[in-house]
This record gives sequence, C-alpha cells and structure tokens, in this order.
Amino acid sequence: MTDAYVVGVDMIKFGRFPDRTVPQIGAEAALLALDDCGLTIQHMEALYCGNLGQASGMVGQRILQLIGQTGIPVVNVSNACATGATAFREAWAAVKAGLYDCVLAVGVEQMGKGLLGGAGGATGIPKEGLLGSGTMPAVFAEAGMEHSRKYGTTFEQFAKVSVKNHHHSTLNPKAMYQIETPLEVVMNAEMISYPNTKLMCSVNVDGSAAAVICSEKKAKELGLMKRAVKVRASVLTSDPWQERDLVMPDVNSCTRLAAKKAYEMAGLGAEDIDLVELHDCFATAEILHYENLGLCKDGEAGMMIDTGAVALGGRIPVNVSGGLLSKGHPLGATGIANIYEVATHLRGEAGKRQVQGARIGMTHVIGLGSACGIHILEKA
Amino acid sequence: MSKKPLPVVDYLKIPDSGDPYLEGHKCGSCGAIFLGERNVCSKCGARDKMQAVKLASKGKLYSFSIVHRSFPGIEVPYISAVVDLEDGATLKGNLIGVEPDPAKIKFDMPVEVVFADALGRKDREGNSYLSYFFKAKA
Repeated sequence: MTDAYVVGVDMIKFGRFPDRTVPQIGAEAALLALDDCGLTIQHMEALYCGNLGQASGMVGQRILQLIGQTGIPVVNVSNACATGATAFREAWAAVKAGLYDCVLAVGVEQMGKGLLGGAGGATGIPKEGLLGSGTMPAVFAEAGMEHSRKYGTTFEQFAKVSVKNHHHSTLNPKAMYQIETPLEVVMNAEMISYPNTKLMCSVNVDGSAAAVICSEKKAKELGLMKRAVKVRASVLTSDPWQERDLVMPDVNSCTRLAAKKAYEMAGLGAEDIDLVELHDCFATAEILHYENLGLCKDGEAGMMIDTGAVALGGRIPVNVSGGLLSKGHPLGATGIANIYEVATHLRGEAGKRQVQGARIGMTHVIGLGSACGIHILEKA
Repeated sequence: MSKKPLPVVDYLKIPDSGDPYLEGHKCGSCGAIFLGERNVCSKCGARDKMQAVKLASKGKLYSFSIVHRSFPGIEVPYISAVVDLEDGATLKGNLIGVEPDPAKIKFDMPVEVVFADALGRKDREGNSYLSYFFKAKA
C-alpha cells in the first residue's frame, strides 16, 4: 500500500458567522487548503466532507457548487465530535487503498450558543435535572470526578488545564480567543457543572478546516514533498463495552484502544510524540487523556499539569493551539483543525507557538456516543 | 389522563400491589446488567439470555457533578449522581438529602433508591409521573 501525505492543509480563524451559510464557511477552508499546496479543485478526485448540524443537507456537494462542480464523488460524514477526523480518515483510507491519488477532506460547523446535551425524549416529561444531567458539562464533570475518586485530582488541577490552553491561544491568531485567564479567574468564573466552570468548557464557534491528501507517487509527481506531512497512523474506534457505560458515556476505553492501535500502526511509542492536540472539550477531559494516550502513567495526570510538562516548552506540549477550550470547538471542523495544527508545527511554520524541533505529532478527538479518532503525523 | 402516576422510565415498575422498584435485564451468559428490555447482550453478544431482575435498592456514590446551569426551566443547583447498586447495576439520577457542596459529598457514600413524584412535572395530557432518586443515608 502507498503511503499517504497531507500536502495542503489550513483552517479559517474560528469565530461566529451567523450571516454566512455552512457551505460558504466550508468553501473558504477548502480554497485555503488548495492554495496551501498550489493545487486546484480540478486536481481533486474525491471530497470527504464532515458536518454535524446539517448532516442530511449534502454540505459537500454545496461546497463544490461554490468552488467547482467537477463531478467527483462526495461523501458526507457525520460522527459527533469525531466528524472531522472521520472525514479525514475516510479520505486517507481511499488514498491508501489506491482508489484515488489526490483527495480533499473538509470539516465545517456553524454552532449556536449554549449548552449541548440531552434535553430529554419526545414523549413523557423532561428528564434533565430529574434523573441527573445529560448536559455535556455535567457528563464530562462526572468523568473527571471519576479520576478524582481514583487519584485525588483536584478542582485546581482541572482548572490549570484551562489556564494553560487559554495561554497557548494568545499565541495563535486563528484561535477564537487570545485572552490570558489566570487560575483565580478560571476558578471563580460561573460554575456550570462542578468542577467545570464556564472557562473550563469549550467554546461553541463556527469554523472550518480542510486538508489535501495525496499518494506518495502523486505528491512526488507534483513536487509537493517539501512541506508534505506523512500520515503514520489513522485509527477510529467505537466504545467497547464497559460496566457503567449505560449511564456514563465512556471516553476512556475508546481512547485507550485507539491509542494502542495507533502506536502499533505507526511503530512508535508515546515517548516518540513531540506534541499532541487532544480533545479538551472540557478541562476535566484533558486530564483523562494524558493517561489514556499514554503520555504519562495512570495516576500521573495531575502531576503533568502541575509541573508544566504539557505546556509549551514542556516535555510533551498538549493543545498549543489553545485547544477546544480557547481556539474553539466547531464540532465537524475540529478533527481537521487538529491536523492543521500538528502539521503546521511539523513544517516549522507555527510562529510564536512553535514546538521546537517537532518531528512527530498526534491528534485525538472523541465523539460522544462514542467514537475516537487518532492520527499520528510525521514530517516527510 | 391516568389516575395512577406513570413511570418516568420503562425500567421503573409500579406493581398493582406492593412497592415500586427498578428492573434490570441480566444476561444469563455473562452476567451484565442492562436497564430496559432487550434481547441481545452488548457485552458478550449472547441472544435470548436476558432475564428481568429486580434491582437492589441500596448502593454507593461512584461519581457526581453539581449542576449549576441547565436548560431553561430546570431548577438548579442539583447533584447529578452515578450510583453503583449492590447488585452491580449502575444508575444515574439526582442525589438528594445532602447539600450541593463538594465538601459534603463523599465518594462511596451509601445511598438508598427512593421513589417520589417527578418534581411536579406533568406531560401534555396532564399525567403525573413517579421517579426515582438517590437519598444519601444520614
């Protein structure tokens, strides 16, 4: 099988664009990614488009109606917060399989404001606040408190994740926010669902990101190897059975399974990874994934945030983009925006937030329900 | 409109005589316990091995969150609790009988499953509902 390379990748600055359509927002990233590698829509042999909010709305085709109707196959993908990563992976898989030599993956989302999560069924009475909470801040708070019960992780340690990621975002011009949030500000922000305060919840934003993936032969033929990024591993898992997963969506098992498979596929270990963009949908979630991804031993996640090991300049920088907490989390775009971030570091083009000497990076997303997508990328 | 309250979920059973209880479905092959009726076990894949079982009425607090912001019209704060029952089933619900203060809530604190009106919530037809709650033991 051929190797597959990201040859062009970009994202728009995340924000709120209520006056634009989903295809318009997606088209912008698609054109940016094409420009990044100097190719045109006529070079693309297929389009994989990730979007959640208009999952039945043929978003991929409507993007082509804006940037070039070449008649190529379009696959529209929806997989909760793993939507973008799934679209990217489908594009990668098609190239690996030899179906195509050059394809485009786009992730796009337009979000409302406010809480995400279970508002209850169509019949009977609302269950929210009666049978506990199905809101995302509460669900991820409960997952974080499970870590607290095992290892004594504190509210302050969870809050430090937010301090770190908001600090990182001050170095990322494409992040929604570039605002420092000291520890006392994070801890004293409005409590949404203990221990997650408002500043420990990801930002609902509109955004898009796109990537052009080529086979090795095509990348060489087009003279695009210089800035190419090799996909060393692409893994997607669903949630393996766990005893509490009827009431407690499990983001740990599917991540551990995906990480194990990704390291095997890449022939690498966690010690080989130079930076990670992981799914910090809530500050509590990030702590779990240090261990789930093998960045430290079980029980050491609190120490990782306390010692700065996961900050820019630390042993294994995590979410130097600002993460979902501050860069923003446009659900369908997030997976590909993570690819953009890691690829930009591997290319040495990340400016002030550059992870020095980065050679190999990892991206991780979780779609609750559940899906986990992990990619390992390496500078070609 | 029903004179009797309706169960808030299909796994809450209200017998004509006797106390309400929660019903699980236990896999005869691997022992996994599910909420709600089903034919196939998602742990081991066994078919037609499910047996209805009455779930335990006591358990321990496994995890929780104190919810301060919810959807419009939902009264806050409240404690969203994940409870492991004595028989191995896990349920989620509101924890009552303890202040919504992290200092007061202890992991593994014993709780009892109690049944009460669903906080006055009624459906469109005006039916009342019976719900379950976890009551912290004093």
